Amino acid sequence: MLTLLIVLLLAGAVIAWLVQRLSTNAPRQVALATLSIALLLLLPLLFNLNNGVLIAVQGDSWLLLERHPWIPRFGISWLLGMDGMSLLLLLLTLILGLVAIAASWTEINQRQGFFYFNLLACLAGVVGVFTALDLFLFFVFWEVMLIPVYFLIGIWGHENRHYAALKFVIFTQTSSLLMLISIVGLALLHQQQNGSYSFDYFELLGSGSHSPYGFWLMLGFFIAFVVKLPAFPLHTWLADAHTQAPTAGSIILAGVLLKTGAYGLIRFLIPLFPDSLHSFAPVGMTIGVIGIFYGALLAFAQYDLKRLVAYSSISHMGFILLGVYAWNELALQGAVMQMLTHGFSSAALFMLAGAVQQRIHSRDMRQMGGLWSQAPRMAAIALFFAMASLGIPGLGNFIAEFLILIGSFQASVPATVLATLGLVGAAIYALIMIQRVFHGQQQSSHHLVDFDRREQVTMAVMMLALLLLGLYPQPTLDILRPVLDQLQALVQASSTPLVGVIL
Amino acid sequence: MNSSALTTTLPTDPAIGADGLFSLLPLLLVSALVVVQLLQISFRRDALLCYRLTLFGLSAAFASLFILLDSLPQQATPLLLIDHYALFFMGLILACGILLLPLCHHYWQRHQLPLDEFYLLYGLSILGALVLVCSQHFASFVLGLELLSLPLVAMIGYPFSPRYAPPLEAAIKYLLLSGVASATLLFGVALIYADLGTLSFVPLIQTLSQTGAPLLQDPLLLTGIMLVLAGVGFKLSLVPFHLWTPDVYQGAPTPVTALLATISKAAIAALLLRWYLTSEGYEVPQLVWALTLIAVTSMLVGNLLALLQQNIKRLMAYSSIAHFGYLLVALLALSQSSAPGLTVEAVSYYLVAYLVSTLAVFAVIMQLASESNASDAHPDDNHPNDSHPNESHPDDYHRLDHYRGLFWRRPLLALTLTLALLSLAGIPLTVGFIGKFYLFATAVAEGLWLLLLTLVLASGIGLFYYLRLVLLLTFRVEKEDHISNVSPTQPWHSSSRLTLISLALLTLLLGILPTPLIELIQALATSVG
Repeated sequence: MLTLLIVLLLAGAVIAWLVQRLSTNAPRQVALATLSIALLLLLPLLFNLNNGVLIAVQGDSWLLLERHPWIPRFGISWLLGMDGMSLLLLLLTLILGLVAIAASWTEINQRQGFFYFNLLACLAGVVGVFTALDLFLFFVFWEVMLIPVYFLIGIWGHENRHYAALKFVIFTQTSSLLMLISIVGLALLHQQQNGSYSFDYFELLGSGSHSPYGFWLMLGFFIAFVVKLPAFPLHTWLADAHTQAPTAGSIILAGVLLKTGAYGLIRFLIPLFPDSLHSFAPVGMTIGVIGIFYGALLAFAQYDLKRLVAYSSISHMGFILLGVYAWNELALQGAVMQMLTHGFSSAALFMLAGAVQQRIHSRDMRQMGGLWSQAPRMAAIALFFAMASLGIPGLGNFIAEFLILIGSFQASVPATVLATLGLVGAAIYALIMIQRVFHGQQQSSHHLVDFDRREQVTMAVMMLALLLLGLYPQPTLDILRPVLDQLQALVQASSTPLVGVIL
Repeated sequence: MNSSALTTTLPTDPAIGADGLFSLLPLLLVSALVVVQLLQISFRRDALLCYRLTLFGLSAAFASLFILLDSLPQQATPLLLIDHYALFFMGLILACGILLLPLCHHYWQRHQLPLDEFYLLYGLSILGALVLVCSQHFASFVLGLELLSLPLVAMIGYPFSPRYAPPLEAAIKYLLLSGVASATLLFGVALIYADLGTLSFVPLIQTLSQTGAPLLQDPLLLTGIMLVLAGVGFKLSLVPFHLWTPDVYQGAPTPVTALLATISKAAIAALLLRWYLTSEGYEVPQLVWALTLIAVTSMLVGNLLALLQQNIKRLMAYSSIAHFGYLLVALLALSQSSAPGLTVEAVSYYLVAYLVSTLAVFAVIMQLASESNASDAHPDDNHPNDSHPNESHPDDYHRLDHYRGLFWRRPLLALTLTLALLSLAGIPLTVGFIGKFYLFATAVAEGLWLLLLTLVLASGIGLFYYLRLVLLLTFRVEKEDHISNVSPTQPWHSSSRLTLISLALLTLLLGILPTPLIELIQALATSVG
């Protein structure tokens, strides 16, 4: 089923490339169809889940699990699994994939076949990342999703695209090689203890704490995930990549790719290295808080609309880092909620920015102003998502950040207090954006076309999602609970009894 | 194997048995091929016939490997040891030779020059490479090396015509430096012989302790080892012996560059590993340090200088310097405590990955160059005297600019090149990634953190120029006349196309399903370990 999903996306990618010869519209229709089918495959699971049918396949929280041998020499298997968290993130990925197609409907008018190939290939990689449970396989998908994004930015990006694309790949690739060292280190540790290599998530759980190099191995993972997240000192690729990417690229980057870093932290880093929770949490939380402030500050200082949204992502991702290192039920639920809600809100803001840029050929907010009167629908929608971004109650982002703050309050009061203050920053940059773009004097004579039906529908989907997550978050939290409970139990089990034994 | 190497140092059994002789079948077949080529050239000059002969001869030698499979290992004279390791690398070299041959053929076809000799030299070079991979004695080492290098000198200068000044310059450069390197190597071998009293590859320390002198007070042996290392380093173009590489790569005709980058280097790398393993070089701390230094500098210098290149052949030259630096990381993971199996596997797999990807890159370069030259060569041929040789400089077709927008002009070529470059950069789903993964596995197992960090750093730098080139392929082309200029005037040969597609598929297939190759290599590694 999961393999089918990945194969479906890859096949769709290849077909989209091939049908370019038939007509220039064919690739995007193929892409649309592929993603719709994939979504239809997944949606039934969501309902089964609520009925409690699938909750206990493996005796724990896994809904689907499949395993085939792949490279037996190193104990590598094709091991894919899906639990509630993966399911939610997969849904986010596919929905944002559809949004990305909608956003590039008129924007991409060159080499459509290769564009949709890259889009779908990247999504296939992301689906792999969210489901892979073999560390080697995870790494493969982790890398595979990069190259299509490299092409997306490098070919269809804006004026400084080559620089941005290369910077993006070099940051993420180099850091992920550090993760590869760590992965190999863990597999080797397993070999020394049990006689055979293994990259199996279940066999490696908690093993990182038993290694004399544990800290360094953990750091390899941490750097790779934090670059992707991105957190404070390693964030510099983000603004360039987001700004220069085509709208669809920005949506995928901000909405989906950043979440893979957060997902990696929750799914892999902490469970593999439960010890690091005690020793490294202060560092992680500090980086998170710095990110919240620093991102907000930089966002406030931007005149480039897309850069503003990009830096706001750093701020929001800081909350996730805080929540992950608080590592309790509430904070984790908040972190996953934040991944979902930020996915929607940032994707929507990037789509807005892309729409504005496509219409007035500028991202510079000094050349905007007074757009409300010309495009009231667009302005209202922008206001909605700006409100979401600053965390107004009633929308999903509020729930997420609220949960994170309650959870991290139990772990670290100072960090939480500071992070709460950081919310003020979000209000400032979100409102200043609305003010600069939509209020004030009209700057130039360009005529702004309001959102058409396609864009309205797309935006409506994301608004509905945020409202749903904000007004009635309980079903989502219910889906997440068994997963997070189990992760916490794992960490508990593997960290307590063994601390004294090895060290 | 180690103990047998010791006993066979004495020339007790100069006559080899029937089994030993039989195990030389691939070498004999290639030798026979060379003789037949010689005869054919003296009686009837026919390039096509010679090409087919060569193809047939190499294929026959490749097929003969399978016959040998069951009767290994065989000691064929004290000089040569035919074991699974040798067999695997023979297979690799012959496969490369067979794949490269059609590309050479089509590359040369546009020249109205006698080409028969090229195939003769080609056969000789491959024979040298085959000798190298199964030699376990300095005599066969030097023999193989010279047999490999001397025809290369002639091939680099090929075809001998005043219109082709750069190849001649490259050939002379290679001849001089290669001669110096061989002399260095021979001097080193002489010193080692003077000290140990044997030319076979033997465990250095162990043999030395029999004669009684501790290593550190034995400058003779150390000097010998370092001189041998310098000679090998030259052939593998490792820093600081790399200076000839970019010029020769650039000046040589592309098929010869490909030969130089693949077969020549692979054979010497295979020999280096065998020598290091058999002589237990990891026991000599000075050698380990020297190799570490060479590995680190090769990785960094190779990649850093590659950043500056505007010519794809020079870029590949620096990239190959870096790749052999990577390879040394696996070599250095050998130690007294660890089983050599993993290292042998890593080196073998990495070499396969390097060969497949590099061949694919050169296949694309050759295809493009022969197409572009073909369209320009015709007016040139009409006025052979008043043409300006510098204007139709073949380098024009190797400038990176020439690859701009290739994706939209020649999707198949561009796709192959992209795959090959991604593989060289070590991106997953290509064979290069599995190779790099092997390197990581061996290095982590031995805890070579310095080398690992250098490897990561160097890979990061490497990514930059590989991916920049990939991006260049996707640039929009502004000048439309550029496109029409490049549309293939020559037919796109089916055998070249086959080679190209099979290389692209191999790159992908060995990256996605590496298990069959891993099992093959594992079998050979156990036979060596």
